[in-house]
Order: sequence, then C-alpha cells, then structure tokens
Amino acid sequence: MDYSPHTDEQVAQMLQTIGVSSIEELLANIPSEVRCRSFTLPTGLSEAEVLSACESLASPNRSLRELASFLGFGAYPHLIPTVVDALASRGEWLTPYTPYQAEASQGTLQLIYEFQTLICELMQMEVANASLYDGASSLAEAVLLALRTSGRPRILVSEAVHPHARQAIATYLQGFPAIIQELPHTNGVTDLEALAAASKDDVAAVLMQQPNVFGCLEPMEQAGQLAHRVGALFVASVYPISLGLLKPPGAYGADIAVAEGRCLGSPVAYGGPGLGLFATSQALLRKVPGRLVGCTVDQAQRRAFTLTLQTREQQIRREKATSNICTNEGWLCVRAAIFLSLLGPQGFRELAELNLQHAHALSERLRELPFVEPVFDQPFFNEFVVRYTDGVRARDVNRKLLKAGLLGGLALRPWYPALGESALWCVTEAASREQMDHVVKTLKTVA
Amino acid sequence: MVIPKDFRYTKTHEWTKQEGADVLVGITAHAQEELRDVVYVELPAVGKTVKQGEPVAVVESVKAAFDIYAPLSGTVARVNESLSKSPQLVNQDCYGTGWFFAITPSQPSELSALMSSDDYTKLITGER
Repeated sequence: MDYSPHTDEQVAQMLQTIGVSSIEELLANIPSEVRCRSFTLPTGLSEAEVLSACESLASPNRSLRELASFLGFGAYPHLIPTVVDALASRGEWLTPYTPYQAEASQGTLQLIYEFQTLICELMQMEVANASLYDGASSLAEAVLLALRTSGRPRILVSEAVHPHARQAIATYLQGFPAIIQELPHTNGVTDLEALAAASKDDVAAVLMQQPNVFGCLEPMEQAGQLAHRVGALFVASVYPISLGLLKPPGAYGADIAVAEGRCLGSPVAYGGPGLGLFATSQALLRKVPGRLVGCTVDQAQRRAFTLTLQTREQQIRREKATSNICTNEGWLCVRAAIFLSLLGPQGFRELAELNLQHAHALSERLRELPFVEPVFDQPFFNEFVVRYTDGVRARDVNRKLLKAGLLGGLALRPWYPALGESALWCVTEAASREQMDHVVKTLKTVA
Repeated sequence: MVIPKDFRYTKTHEWTKQEGADVLVGITAHAQEELRDVVYVELPAVGKTVKQGEPVAVVESVKAAFDIYAPLSGTVARVNESLSKSPQLVNQDCYGTGWFFAITPSQPSELSALMSSDDYTKLITGER
C-alpha cells in the first residue's frame, strides 16, 4: 500500500531549503510525456475496491501465459523448471543483494563463484564476472574495455548485431572520442570482405553476434582471425541456449564473450530484468568490469570465498575504475546457476536440440505457404526470417495471429527497411506441436 | 628507514636515480610500507611520451590502488618486466630490483629541481 515517508510540513521545509516553491516546479524539467499519469481513482475506496479497479486497468495486457509466442528479437519464451522457482524463492536466495559486507555472506559468494564457473564452462572462457545488468550493457562494457585497453579509437560492429544493443553502445559512448563503424550484412551474415577492408590498426574491437539478429550463423572463426590480424579484440555476443549445440566463444578465439542470460531460468517480464553475462580471457582479467568472486582459504585453511580484484572497482579506483558497475544481477544469477546445474551438459544439449528441431520444423511448414518465402539462405538455430509476398503485410499477419492467441514473427521493417515485409520468427522448446499447427492453420486464412 | 643519499625524490614518494642517459624511477621504502603487500603493477608502454607530474603507472595492494607520477618529462625508455610476474619485488627491494621504469628526460633540468634525500626525510617525518 501507499507509503508516505514525509509529512506535508517536512516536504514544505525541504522545498524551501532547496529553493523551489512546489514539487511540480521541482519536476518541471521532466518531459510531460514520460511523467506518470494519474490513475484518477475516486477517493475513499476500500483496499479491495482499489485492487479490483487496478486489475481492470491491467486487464487489456496479455501475458505469455495466455499467448503462444513465436516472436524473435531477443526476448524468448523458454520453459522454467518448477525447481528453479521453488529454490530461488527461499529467503536466503531471494533477499540478498550483491554482497557489500561481502565476506560475511559466504553463501551468496559461493553461489556467485559457482555461477561464474558455470558461465566459464558454457562459454569456454577463462574468466567470468558476477554478472552485469543485461546483454546489451555487457556488450557496451566490452566496448569500453577494448577502448581503454587498446588506446585505439575505432569499433567495428556488424549491422547484424541486435539494434537495441547497438543503441546501448551509442548511449554508453556519448562524450567518448570513439568512432563506431557499422559493417554491412550480405545474405543475412556479416560481410567479411567489408570487415577485412575496415580492419586497420586503429580498430580496438570487432563486435559480432552469434546467432546474429536474423538468427543466421556467422563465420565467427574467420571474423576473429581478421580482428586479431590487426591486434583488435574480438567480441562475441551469444545466445546461451544455442551453446548446447554451437561452438562456444572460447573455441573460436573470442577475447570477450557477452550474452543476455535471462533465458537461463528467468521469465520474459515486460522489458526486464535481464542478466548480463560477461566473460574474457585470462589476459584481460584486470580489465573486467563489475564484481568477481574468488575462492581461497581462510586463516584455518578452510575453503572460503571472497570478492577479489576489487581495485578495479569504482569504490577504490574512483574515476579510473574499469566500470561504474558496483553491483550484479543477484537473483537472476541465482536462477541461472540453479537452471544450469539442473540441466547439466546432457540436458542442456537436448534443450538446444529441441529448439533447433522445432524452429526448423515450423520454418519448413511456413515456406510451404503460397505467400511466404525465405529471405536468407543460411544455417540457423531457432530464429529465422521470412518474407510475405502477394501484398501481404507483416503487421496484418500478426494482427490475425494475435486474435487467435498467437504472437507471430516480429515485423523487421522499422529496423531493416531493405528487407521489406519480413518477419523474424523464433521457435523454442516451449512451442508445442498443437501451437505450431494452430499457427499454420491461422496463416492459411491470411491469403 | 632507508633513504639513499644519491637519489632524488618527489612529494608523491617516487625516487629517481640517474643511470647513463636515463633516469630510473621507483617508489620509496616509505611508500611501499604504507601500501603493504603490492599485488599488481601496471606499467606504461615503452616509447610513451610523459610529462612531469602526469600519472603513468598504477600500483595496487590488496585493497587499494595508487597512481605513480612521472617525476620528469621525457620518453619511457624501459620498464621493469619482472614486476608483472613478481610484484612483491616492490616490497622486498624497492630501490633495486623493484624499480618501475626508466625515462629518457627531455628536460634534464627537472631532475635537479627534485627533492634531496634530506628534504624527503623531512617530508615523511612531517607526515607522521
């Protein structure tokens, strides 16, 4: 319920102290369109009446509990074993924030240490941190690391890296004397000739995504070699679930591997929260942003866990810190550790296989429809792009599907106008045969 | 505490020692005692041009990090590579094998303007 920490007199006193006449004046600089609009609830309602009014306000929202989602572009429906919720909801896991009085929280530290170990194994990288906010900010932190370490100004980023992640990088780099150069894609994958031509000795890092934003598999190994030839860092942004089948970043020479880790045991919930995974080679250990947990022994030679290499962090190194992140995504990190431990290597591989099989099955069935054609001729994991022909528009298709309780592929036009009426579909292990039948049946009524 | 007579010093606790055309730089016994166990030293790139008073290296103990400032303007001629594997040399032998880097001075007169061992002794006794 509403919490009012201050009396009217206290508020008036504070306003007077800072020299503004009202709360409204204090907030005047915030654009009106992002201001909270009143719920215009009548006064004098009971608790139950307020709840019911709010539920009715929220009722037009439709959640993934009632819709079957085939929406690509970064937020995917994945099944979450009940055990994850049961364990992660225990008070010991639910309440701890990132460790501040660190060494008193041995349980939390041990969990983060196990999490880091799991991420290292998954990515086949040597070092992983305790997590960052989300995949996009992890990628932006990788860019900062590369600029700082190399002293070079240029970042090469593929157009086939998620546009939201590229926006996050642009936001992070405001005020930096850095140059972001985008590399074009050809037939759904990054143009290696363009990469080779742009690879000069002023390049700090090359950024690629695997699978890329179109779901296509990129030639990561060759891209990495081109980056390394000019002494640039190779940064791979990956989709964790795909690593059950695809080569991990460590196997193709990535210096930094980042990912959105929400798919590891946490739900899609509006825009977040996300889980930023960040892993590097040993050589970059001291440049890693965020928190790192290490394992050591205490005075009595017992195994103990500790926050380590804290001299990288802002509370000690001030303006020369490797990052201004002094936290981690605690609860999602707990959930990811439980999820990965539960599945194990075999289960994780089977999960990836299910994604691959489901996506390829639906892709084939969609292509059989008269107004659907494939866009790229590339291997893919669980996302793929199709184009609608015969004057069928992506948004009309999605409207029809939504009426049938289905979220169709994302219309790509706003981000990639050259692709025309294309849609990015995703099929995960969560999609049932009945749901896929339902999609095909509904689409048959479109044109 | 050892404060060699023939070295010259800065207020920020670096020592300097002429060696041929170059000037060796390290941190004083007082500085390494205050720092406690040094766990990492970040050294400048050889060939880098530095200005007097500019931060050029970083020394880290377990829970603190400090900048090391260039006592003189010039070019970094050499760095002590062995510190990357053995940062404890800074504690064990701060005036010898624990040196940080060598500068080829561009303005040699800056050297004579640095503190003598007597002045530096006064500075650190004052600090206590």
